[in-house]
Amino acid sequence: MIVLEGVRLTLGDRQVLEGISFQVQPGETKVILGGSGSGKTTILRLILGLFRPDRGSIRVAGEEITVLREQDLAQIRQNMAMVFQGAALFDSLTVRENVGYRLWEQGRLSDEVIEQKVRESLQFVGLEDAIDKMPADLSGGMRKRVGIARALASGAKLLLYDEPTAGLDPINGFTICHLILRLKTKGVTQVVVTHDLDIAFRVADRIVMIQDGRIIFEGTPEELGGSQDPAIRGFLDPSCLPPEAREAWSSRDAG
Amino acid sequence: MTGSFDLKNTLIGYVLVVQEFTFLCSRAIAGLFRPPWYVREMVLQIDRIGVGSLFIVVLTGMFTGMVLALQGAVQLEPYGASMYVSRLISTSVVRELGPVLAALMIAGRVGSGIASEIASMQVTEQIDALRAEGTDPIQKLVTTRLVACLLMIPVLTIIANGIAIFGGWLVARLYLGIDSYFYWTWAFEAIRQRDIVLGLVKPTVFGFIIAMVGCYAGFYTKGGTVGVGVSTTQSMVSSSILILASDFLLTKLFMAFP
Repeated sequence: MIVLEGVRLTLGDRQVLEGISFQVQPGETKVILGGSGSGKTTILRLILGLFRPDRGSIRVAGEEITVLREQDLAQIRQNMAMVFQGAALFDSLTVRENVGYRLWEQGRLSDEVIEQKVRESLQFVGLEDAIDKMPADLSGGMRKRVGIARALASGAKLLLYDEPTAGLDPINGFTICHLILRLKTKGVTQVVVTHDLDIAFRVADRIVMIQDGRIIFEGTPEELGGSQDPAIRGFLDPSCLPPEAREAWSSRDAG
Repeated sequence: MTGSFDLKNTLIGYVLVVQEFTFLCSRAIAGLFRPPWYVREMVLQIDRIGVGSLFIVVLTGMFTGMVLALQGAVQLEPYGASMYVSRLISTSVVRELGPVLAALMIAGRVGSGIASEIASMQVTEQIDALRAEGTDPIQKLVTTRLVACLLMIPVLTIIANGIAIFGGWLVARLYLGIDSYFYWTWAFEAIRQRDIVLGLVKPTVFGFIIAMVGCYAGFYTKGGTVGVGVSTTQSMVSSSILILASDFLLTKLFMAFP
């Protein structure tokens, strides 16, 4: 479904990614794990075609997207949907209009059919009652769930999540996790970017771990848990790191 | 050494701004000629920009005309020509004050509003979300606002001009005791066809400046909520300077073709 080969990206003077190569199979849930500023979200933006790499290849459903024009990318994006970290709901539209946005823009379905799909998607995330609310009236967890409903209603075959549980309380985090697992059983291909180990180990078929813009691990959650690589052990259990190593990690993060 | 290096970077920065602005303008104009046209969004913007700015434009026009009548009468009095004050009001309003003052007021209200709205969308990833949904954000956000400004700012300017001449008449009739028939006859007599053309070309150009500078400031916002404030201020300042500079250039250009 998605193939990245030797992807390199520089933004300004900063090299963000180097030598990124991995694949996502149809129906697979892949988690991209890493600390803040490691370049995980940038990978999602590359897959979506919001950034172009300096070097390397990105194929989505067999199509090389690095050479496509914006109009052609818009066609490719019809098969994808992204749940943004802050949900990125359109402030001027109601929940109904947000969730059905892509369907109304495409103009292929009648209003009744779109309304039904919107209600089904909101029902799936447990927010049918919020259909007439404005995004400003929703809590952080509700906004994230509306973001997932928007992705679902679009009928996309590939869902991308950017830090889906960031800033949420444990119950809302669990709800999001549960939604991703339900979609997994439906055979939806999903890429989840997170630094939350709990969600990573719960939902992932395979995990890619990123550090400083490079892949340092790829494998199953079990393989990750059993890894003896000091960088991986340090991320999974920071308490096992010596104080100077924790300080070095924090200062790099701040940089 | 450091100074020359900074100058080089500053110059590169200016060139980049011109390049980005030209790119945004060309994409927005190209959006006029290919679907989708986002008619609903366009009508919404026409309402917000046109109807929403009506009150401020009427007030600007009214007070401009009234002040011109008072000041004009004082200047013409020594020559015994204060009854011709309507001539002075109509020509100065239609040629210069109407378009420029209306545009400056609209830049403050509409231009900064466009900049802050798009900047907020940028920093909250809504622009990226539009692209992710398969929508061209330039066509949806910029082209629609450009069309609304190009259509509504000339209309608002015509209204401002009319109200200004009316405001001048109020002062001329009630304070200076000038005959109404005399006032209106000279007011219209003084306006030539080229004044009307110039009075319509100017607000169209100003409309383009207000829309594009506002959209550019919003689209290229960096730095979170602080960046939203910076973009809003930059939009207002840049629009005002460009309006005044282009007013001079357009007047000079029209004078070159008598």
